[in-house]
Amino acid sequence: MAAGQVIYTLWLREMKWLIRAKSRLVASIVQPFLWLAIIGVGMSSTFGTIPGTNITFLQFMISGVIGMTLLFSSTMVGVSVLWDKQFGFMKEILVAPVSRTQIMLGKVLGGMTTSILQGLLLLVAAAAIGIRPSGIVELLQVLVFMVLISASFVSIGLAFASRMEDPIAFPIVMNFLIMPLFFLSGGMYVANTAPGWLSFLSRLDPLTYGVDGIRTAILGTSPLSQFPIWLDFAVLGVFAVVMILLGGYLFRKIKA
Amino acid sequence: MPAIVTRGLTKKFGDLVAVDHIDLEIEEGELFGLLGPNGAGKTTFIHMLSTILPPTEGTAKVAGSDIREGADSIRAAIGIVFQDPSLDNRLTGRENLDFHGRMYGLTKEQRDERISKVLELVGLKDRADSLVETYSSGMKRRLEMARGLMHRPKILFLDEPTLGLDAQTRRSIWDYIRMLNDIENVTIILTTHYIEEADYLCNRVAIIDHGKIVALDKPGALKDRLKGDVVSINISDPEKYLSIFRKSKLVKGAKIVDGTLYLQVSSGERAIPKLIDLANKHGGQVHTVSLSRPTLEDVFIHYTGRAIREEAPSNQARIARIAKAHGLR
Repeated sequence: MAAGQVIYTLWLREMKWLIRAKSRLVASIVQPFLWLAIIGVGMSSTFGTIPGTNITFLQFMISGVIGMTLLFSSTMVGVSVLWDKQFGFMKEILVAPVSRTQIMLGKVLGGMTTSILQGLLLLVAAAAIGIRPSGIVELLQVLVFMVLISASFVSIGLAFASRMEDPIAFPIVMNFLIMPLFFLSGGMYVANTAPGWLSFLSRLDPLTYGVDGIRTAILGTSPLSQFPIWLDFAVLGVFAVVMILLGGYLFRKIKA
Repeated sequence: MPAIVTRGLTKKFGDLVAVDHIDLEIEEGELFGLLGPNGAGKTTFIHMLSTILPPTEGTAKVAGSDIREGADSIRAAIGIVFQDPSLDNRLTGRENLDFHGRMYGLTKEQRDERISKVLELVGLKDRADSLVETYSSGMKRRLEMARGLMHRPKILFLDEPTLGLDAQTRRSIWDYIRMLNDIENVTIILTTHYIEEADYLCNRVAIIDHGKIVALDKPGALKDRLKGDVVSINISDPEKYLSIFRKSKLVKGAKIVDGTLYLQVSSGERAIPKLIDLANKHGGQVHTVSLSRPTLEDVFIHYTGRAIREEAPSNQARIARIAKAHGLR
């Protein structure tokens, strides 16, 4: 049977959920704006521009907040798999004559859509306060990085979910992963001027390349960019592919 | 060609043998019942046949394909209604069916036509566009039955189809199952621990206990095997009278279940006064006596040594726990 139809079917279900879960929708939109408004604006008024540049902290932080939002919402997509197991719907999915890979890809695309929508909202909000990519190419670059970040972390979340049972434990476990990834990513501080050990750990964090890529795309190449944008793209691209393959492999053995 | 053939099919969860070397053949078009208490291994058995659970040992062919190698073609040929709910509560009834139709590769026209047909069949047409979370448990069950049929499976597995439903809903589901089997000629394998369900519906019944088939035949033939009536006697100190009655020529078989003596005799009406006399002679005080023609329940007691109603929840809980520990919920 057409793989496309199966993937679309699963994606469509995620979209129906998204639209129906009003409270979740509102919370996931409001949260990143709170970060921007409170932390971003507060820090900017305290510190002004970042030393050695004419970039405000708010401008600096926007890519970090986008990265954070994508990271959080993407990894948490896995919890839907656990609720499906809990409510028995996973059995209905698994007994259908479709491959596990198609099921996983449907979930990945659904999760990516949800988290990229949040990223786009942030991008619109940032544009409203004057922070925006300088042209269409730069905008597309931002989108590419959003796609790669969400593909990577949705896959990681699904890989974990395929091995877990308890939907309550899932966010707690994922927080162990999310928090270091976020804090090491250089979303909230300038990694170039951080102590050597921190800078080293930061380079091991795949999210670093996503945040750096988005930052360079929005602000242009600046002293705050850690790597050339092609390197960001290459590292994160490879990581995303590996995570999708790993997630797909683990998902093949999923139990209802 | 038989619809299902199993050879030594076995499933172990650690030390627990949930299904123990089952050999079984089910013909096309049969309405076959697996009767047994909770925890007997019925669900594990059909989960293996529907390729959800890999077997530990043995083989099975379903719709001509091996459950290990031919999982994909088996999945396309079967439908299953699970014991536990498996609906998406946040979708409407119609959307659940639509999801199913898409997963089984039906076109838009096929989906629309079959959705309206199966909704009509289970009487859910006017609630089709409500969210499933607003449905009663009987409605959910009917929706699951409708869904199991949408892709026109050759073989349909029904795991405890009427568990926990009220008498009226149960009746309508029974009629529906019969109609499917008669008119659509779907091979149906149902598990149940309701004796009357197996008796009313099934062409053949396998009594399954501790993962093994202990008896297999037509319901009528199973009952005939008992040859005679069953007298049940409530008496103080039943163990003492068990051995006394066993010595009597009248009694062909005797058992204690739940403190009640069950005696197999050829003619109950004649035997009862003599049995009471016999008890009195040994100083026994008979509290109550009842006489029954053999039912499937008696057959069950005969083969397993206990009443089906006494169920073994501990065993089921144990299976669930062990299965969970092995990540096989």
